[in-house]
Order: sequence, then C-alpha cells, then structure tokens
Amino acid sequence: MVEHFSDVMIRARGLRKSFGDLEAVKGIDIEVHKGEAFGFLGPNGAGKSSTMRMIAAVSPASGGELSILGMDPAKDGPAIRARLGVCPQEDTLDVELNVFDNLYIYGRYFGIPRAEVRARAEELLAFVQLTEKRTAKVEDLSGGMKRRLTIARSLINRPDVLLLDEPTTGLDPQARHLLWDRLFRLKQQGVTLVITTHYMDEAEQLADRLVVMDKGVIAAEGSPLELIRQYSTREVAELRFPVGDHDATAEKIADLGERVEVLPDRILVYSDDGEHVLEEVHGRGLRPLATLVRRSTLEDVFLRLTGRTLVD
Amino acid sequence: MSATTTPRPVSIRSPLRPFEGSGLIVLRNYVTYKSQWKLFATGFLEPVFYLFSIGIGVGKLIHVFEFNGHAIPYAEFVAPGMLAASAFNGALLDSTFNVFFKLKYEKLYDQLLVTPLTTSDVARGEIIWGQLRGGSYSLAFLVVMWALGLVHSWWAVLAFPAALLIGFAFSAVCMSLTTFMTSWQDFDKITMVQLPLFLFSGTFFPITAFHGVLRWVIEVTPLYRGVVLCRELTTGVITWESGFSLVYLVAMGVLGLVVVRRRLDALLLT
Ligand SMILES: Nc1ncnc2c1ncn2[C@@H]1O[C@H](COP(=O)(O)OP(=O)(O)OP(=O)(O)O)[C@@H](O)[C@H]1O
Ligand SMILES: [Mg+2]
Repeated sequence: MVEHFSDVMIRARGLRKSFGDLEAVKGIDIEVHKGEAFGFLGPNGAGKSSTMRMIAAVSPASGGELSILGMDPAKDGPAIRARLGVCPQEDTLDVELNVFDNLYIYGRYFGIPRAEVRARAEELLAFVQLTEKRTAKVEDLSGGMKRRLTIARSLINRPDVLLLDEPTTGLDPQARHLLWDRLFRLKQQGVTLVITTHYMDEAEQLADRLVVMDKGVIAAEGSPLELIRQYSTREVAELRFPVGDHDATAEKIADLGERVEVLPDRILVYSDDGEHVLEEVHGRGLRPLATLVRRSTLEDVFLRLTGRTLVD
Repeated sequence: MSATTTPRPVSIRSPLRPFEGSGLIVLRNYVTYKSQWKLFATGFLEPVFYLFSIGIGVGKLIHVFEFNGHAIPYAEFVAPGMLAASAFNGALLDSTFNVFFKLKYEKLYDQLLVTPLTTSDVARGEIIWGQLRGGSYSLAFLVVMWALGLVHSWWAVLAFPAALLIGFAFSAVCMSLTTFMTSWQDFDKITMVQLPLFLFSGTFFPITAFHGVLRWVIEVTPLYRGVVLCRELTTGVITWESGFSLVYLVAMGVLGLVVVRRRLDALLLT
C-alpha cells in the first residue's frame, strides 16, 4: 500500500485544555509513531485523562494543534474515531446489554456488517477469556472481567491506535499480568498503543517511550531506560530509621550519594553502588532498622522531577 | 509516493451513512427491550382501560353527543383522545426517566460518542425511539378502535402517522427538558404537567366547557393539538384546526431536536 502520510499517528503542539478557570493541560507537545507503545506517566490530576479525551476526538482542545492519523479532530471526528479503540478510565459498559451484545452492538456503531461483527465478537471473547460468560449480565462480572470486556470492545473495529486510560488500575496482580500479556500481543500485531498509568512498573513493562506528566505539563520524555539513566543513578539504597530521626540522619549521610531524598518512612540514597553506601552508613555508626539496595525505577525519576511520589 | 508530514487536506467521511447512526441507536434500544416486553405491554393497556371505563361505560349514560356539528356516540369522541394520549404517554416514558438514567448513571452516551456516532445521531436516535414506542401503542390502540367499530372514515388511516408525529413532538421536547434535570426529584414537575394535560386536553369532554383565557390556553397546549388532529381524522370531520395542529407539532418536534443536540454537546463534549 502507498503511504500517504508519515508514520506519525498522533501529533500535538502546544495542546491545551481548560475547564473554566482550571487549566488541566497547559501546552504539551507529543508525537506518537506507528507501532510504538507510548505512555503517559503521572499522578492524580496530572491531566492524563483530559489529554486522552482530546486524542479520542471527543473533547475539543482549548488551544494548540492536534492531528490524529493526519486528520483534524474538530472536522473529521467520526472518521478519526472509526480508526481508534478507546478504553476509558472507568469501565463504561452498556449495563442493559449482555456480554456478547456489548461487543456486537458496539461493533455495529462502527458500521461493521452483522456477520462480520458476530465473528469478531466471538474471536475477541476468546482473546480476553470471556467466552463462557457470553450471555452473562455486565453487572455479574468481576472488576477484572469488566476491564477485559472493555478492552475487547475497544478492539472490535480493529483499531490502528488503541487508547488505554489506566488499563489495570484496581486489578489484582494476576489480572494485570493477563492484561499486559494481551496488550503485548496487540503491540506485536502492529497496533499503536497509548497508555496512561500511575504505576511505574506498568510504564516500564509496556511503554517504549513515555512522558512524565505533572500538573498539566510534560516534565520529561524518553524511553524508561533513558529516563532512569538521565534523571537517576544506577542503584538506590533505602534506609529505614526510627520515626522522627530521618531529617537529622539524612544530614549525616548527605555526602554518600549523588542525591538524598527524605520520605516520610525512609531515606533514599542515590548512588551507582548501593552496597558501598550501606557499608559507609554502618561505618559511621548509624544503625538503620531496615535496609534495601535496588535498581533505580521510574518512580525515582518522578520523585526527582516533581519532588513527589507517584502513588501515595 | 513519498512520505510527507503534512496532514491530508481532504476531509474523510464517517463510515456510517447519514441516519444510519440514529438507526443503530434504535437497534440498541430494541435489543435491550426484547427481554422486557411485559414492561412494554402495560403502557398499551392504560388507554384501553380508559376507553372501556369512561368512553364506553360512562358513554352509556350519554345519548347524543355533538362534535363539530355532528352527532356522534360518546365513545367515538373519547377514543381518539386516548389514541393521542397513548402516543403522548409512550413517548414520555423513554424520553424522560430512561434518558436521564442513560445520561447520568449509565453514561451510555459517553460510550457512544467515542465511536463514529455523533450527538446528532444520539439525539435523533433517542427521539425516534420514543416516537416509535408511542407510535406502537397508538397503532395497537387504533386496531382496538377499529375492532370496536369506533372508526367510520378512511381518514382514520392517517391517524397512525398523526400519532407518530405526536410521539415525535413530545419525545423531542421531553428529552430536551430531561437534559436540564439534575436529580430524580425534578421529574415530579413532569408528572405534575402530565396528568392535567391528560385530563383537560379535550380528551374526555369538549373544551367548549371552558371560557375566555382558560380555553385559549388549552387550545395552544400540545396534547390538545394532538387530540384535535386524531379526532378529526378518526371521525372524518376535517377542519383547518388539523392543519394548525400539524404545523404546531412539527415545529415543536424540530425545536426539541435542536435543543437536545445542543445540550448533549454542552454536557458530553467537555
Ligand atoms: N469535565 C471536567 N470538568 C472540570 N474539571 C475537570 C474535568 N475533567 C477533568 N477536570 C480537572 O482537570 C484536572 C486533570 O484531570 P484529569 O482527569 O485529566 O487527570 P488525570 O491525570 O487523568 O488524573 P487521574 O490519575 O486521577 O485519573 C483535574 O484537576 C480535574 O479535576
Ligand atoms: Mg485519569
């Protein structure tokens, strides 16, 4: 097939969204390429969902430029939406329809012929392991099943871009891993994924490239590894002291790492050699209640960039 | 052709044909109702009970009844009133409580609007659905009237499209009012209007019983316009009043439709 436009699926320049006086998205630039998994990592209220709704061509932008699949959401909304799959933050299934009809009727909204939707619905039920629930009512499904059904539904039109707003929030570890596996398979099939999350492990698992978003702006951008390399050290030593001792202790060990963060329940010392930090701490006669040396994660990047933890 | 980063200038069309979107919303509602047909049936029985108790029962006490200068049995006077009322009640059911539930609790329209469907499709689809529900009650009622020998004119065939028009007008206006409601208590206001409209719109007695301003007020209420239209058609005594009703009801429906679409834009495309 002839390529009519570049492989840029989503492009935003100075994109803004206001709700009255509140500016939820304050001018962001992003570019999502074909076949990549792009993540928005940020705490509550960062503006992730507001951005996703603009990309979904549902919420009109308050300012800036936005182009999706080379089209303008203000003009070509229905044509853009025909090629997107949307999995909103809250499961909004049609509670008046059973599991199968949720897929079937939704597929019809895309103008897909009857027999074709039926075949796709069966296929997707198998894909998300809900075949035996096909005639169940939506309200009788567990949280994880609802989430899976929502994802199956968002795939009924074989989208070019799949938008997932916090796909695994509120799920148990087993359900999360099943979902991650399904999303990974979609990515292998060439579906472009856009994911928001406030779980750093999810971002690390799924995203090729991500932006760290906070208070409506993008604080940093890159692959998970690049971000860790740029904004953190290789390792982190976590030290737990009796409550109330943290600030005083931190001063005594400030020189041991490139950076020291004091959290309510522990001190983090950023250094390329965590074990060495622990030895030095003990050598200075300090006796932490518990210690842990781990690799740096996106959580540390976030802490460095915003001074706050992601999930509190 | 080489890759270029400039967006394609042409506007790309929706995969849905015009009006296909509204049809799909009707389909969705039909599927949800298949399992609830009993609920559907009760709405039809109400006007039939009124016809039997008041039209035929009370009618036995009234010997000659005059309508537009013609003497007709009382039951033939009440029946078209109930015909209009059945379209009115049917349309009201879906466009008030059900729309409110879908809008505020089920968040159904938020789900629909991430597909190629638009707020126009939602507005039209829901209004058509309300109209069809009212219309189906009316059609069944018309058959009952015919079986009881209460229709004498071929004009009565047009009473069905007239009932659909009444359904459209009320469905559109009631849905537009529903978009302004914030809680279930607000629906008390609808019930407070529904009953007087049902009782005083020339349904059970002619509005010649009223004088002055009151009569003028009733003449411009929507259900009265619907009742007059149905009655002139089923009795075959057509006057300019039907023409006025026609224009009135079409205007009312179109206005409602426009308001619904704008309100959905304001509420959902935030
Ligand atoms: N429809 C709306 N009307 C008014 N304010 C809104 C609306 N939607 C979002 N906001 C506000 O915009 C800000 C950003 O919200 P948004 O939902 O985009 O954040 P988020 O990053 O998705 O957060 P979370 O992780 O909690 O989902 C918040 O302050 C929120 O209160
Ligand atoms: Mg959100």
